[in-house]
Amino acid sequence: MAKFFTQEWCDLYKEAINNSAAYEEAAKTWEGDFYFITEPGGPIKEKGYMYVDLWHGKCRGCEVVTDPDKYKPAFTLAAPYAIWKQISTKKLDSTKALITKQSKLTGDMAKVMRYTKAANELTNCTMTIQTEWLD
Amino acid sequence: MENFSCPFIAYGDNALDYLAQIKGKKAFIVTDKNIVKLGLLKPVTDKLNATNIKWEIFDEVEAEPSLDTIKKGGIAVGKYQPDWVIGIGGGSCMDAAKAIILLLARPELEPEALSVLEDFNFRDKGKKLMAIPTTSGTGSEASWAIVLSDTKDNRKLGLGTPEVMPDVAILDPVMVMGMPPQVTADTGMDVICQAIEAYISSWGTSITAGPALIATRLALQYLPRAYKDGKDVDARKEMMNAAMMGGLSGCNSMFGLAHGTGHALGGIFHMPHGRTVGLFLPYTLEYIINGSEEALVKIAEIARYCGLNAGSDKECAKALIARIRTLAKEIKQPLSVKECGIDKAQWEKEMEGLVNRALNEVMTMTAPRVPGTEDLEKLFRYAYDGKSIDF
Repeated sequence: MAKFFTQEWCDLYKEAINNSAAYEEAAKTWEGDFYFITEPGGPIKEKGYMYVDLWHGKCRGCEVVTDPDKYKPAFTLAAPYAIWKQISTKKLDSTKALITKQSKLTGDMAKVMRYTKAANELTNCTMTIQTEWLD
Repeated sequence: MENFSCPFIAYGDNALDYLAQIKGKKAFIVTDKNIVKLGLLKPVTDKLNATNIKWEIFDEVEAEPSLDTIKKGGIAVGKYQPDWVIGIGGGSCMDAAKAIILLLARPELEPEALSVLEDFNFRDKGKKLMAIPTTSGTGSEASWAIVLSDTKDNRKLGLGTPEVMPDVAILDPVMVMGMPPQVTADTGMDVICQAIEAYISSWGTSITAGPALIATRLALQYLPRAYKDGKDVDARKEMMNAAMMGGLSGCNSMFGLAHGTGHALGGIFHMPHGRTVGLFLPYTLEYIINGSEEALVKIAEIARYCGLNAGSDKECAKALIARIRTLAKEIKQPLSVKECGIDKAQWEKEMEGLVNRALNEVMTMTAPRVPGTEDLEKLFRYAYDGKSIDF
């Protein structure tokens, strides 16, 4: 059991991604890194940044970042804690969250839309982590 | 949070009279050359003239509008600076109108960027969007989706944002009375496909289910009539209503696997949208009922609502699938990919592209049973041969 948005959780997420054959297949040509950003609200007092480096079906790095200037990722995906929880537990589809403006993506949307299956598999990976939620 | 977007809808006899009530000075009409040739703009421009609204026509929209066409439309609309953009035609013209009004608000954007990621706020700038369909198919008049073609990559791009739901949709039967049987059939299959897929979509809710259910029943009942006798006004009206409700339901709940696979076929082999999604519908429904109990129950609900009460849930679902195949045959739609005249060797050559495209469609992901690569390959091969799905 790992607390959400901690380095321990990041390590498990990286491991889950790298163990997923389905993700590897769906994202075999993907190149692009992300900041997953948790907006303040609920149990989150300050904006949190998780850096995820995804490359050719593998996760090269996943870490909690305190200085947002540390990386300049190609994409950012920001949402309040409650929305992250819903997405991570598959109660809310990540694309639906974007459409209903419950989350906000920056970056090349056209590129992301060509990897819908990979995005779905990334969510499936979060489902494999025994997560201790913050609320 | 869920939400439901919907335009103001004027429908039925003399629905075009609503144009006398709109306020504005200039309208930019987005259409195609065929609509102009058929004289379908005249009833609209006559009404605009009567209300002293000036208009300009952009008639360069092609089937499955390309990014280049949208760019051209964006430049033209920017020069004209209308307060209304009016899409008149089938799904392609209405989708093009949506893209063009977004470029009117944000001319610096590339058409590929017309998505939920951006804010457009065109209404704050006094701009409004109207859609007047001349087919009964995509329901684009009541949807915020935009489908464009990336001609360099032979791929359909699913774009759009809830902001671009038309302000007004006008469903006047006079606009569809002359639709030829082939177009009636192609677009009509799209209605059935959209309605059923919206009903069983994993994003569906009780609010999206209602219009989907009614649209399915209307389309199954009235499509054969509209196909056989294009002058059957009641059939034309009900098909217009069904198309609008299918689009409305689908854009609020998303479509499914027949759209995912149909878009892949259409993107590579350039066939009419409705024909491709309609072709795959029976196969994808078979695939879904073989693996999703929940969807099986929903498909049986649709069947019973449409009067196909054949016994158990599975029997009802199969009766609905059989009804779709019978209807497709009745209106001379292909029942297999082979019947589309596609060579088997060419089909196999494109298999990887077909699978990749289908896998990465949002609509594939919202199906109640999501296939992987292996299942999709099998599904494409079965659909080529016209073989019922047994896996």
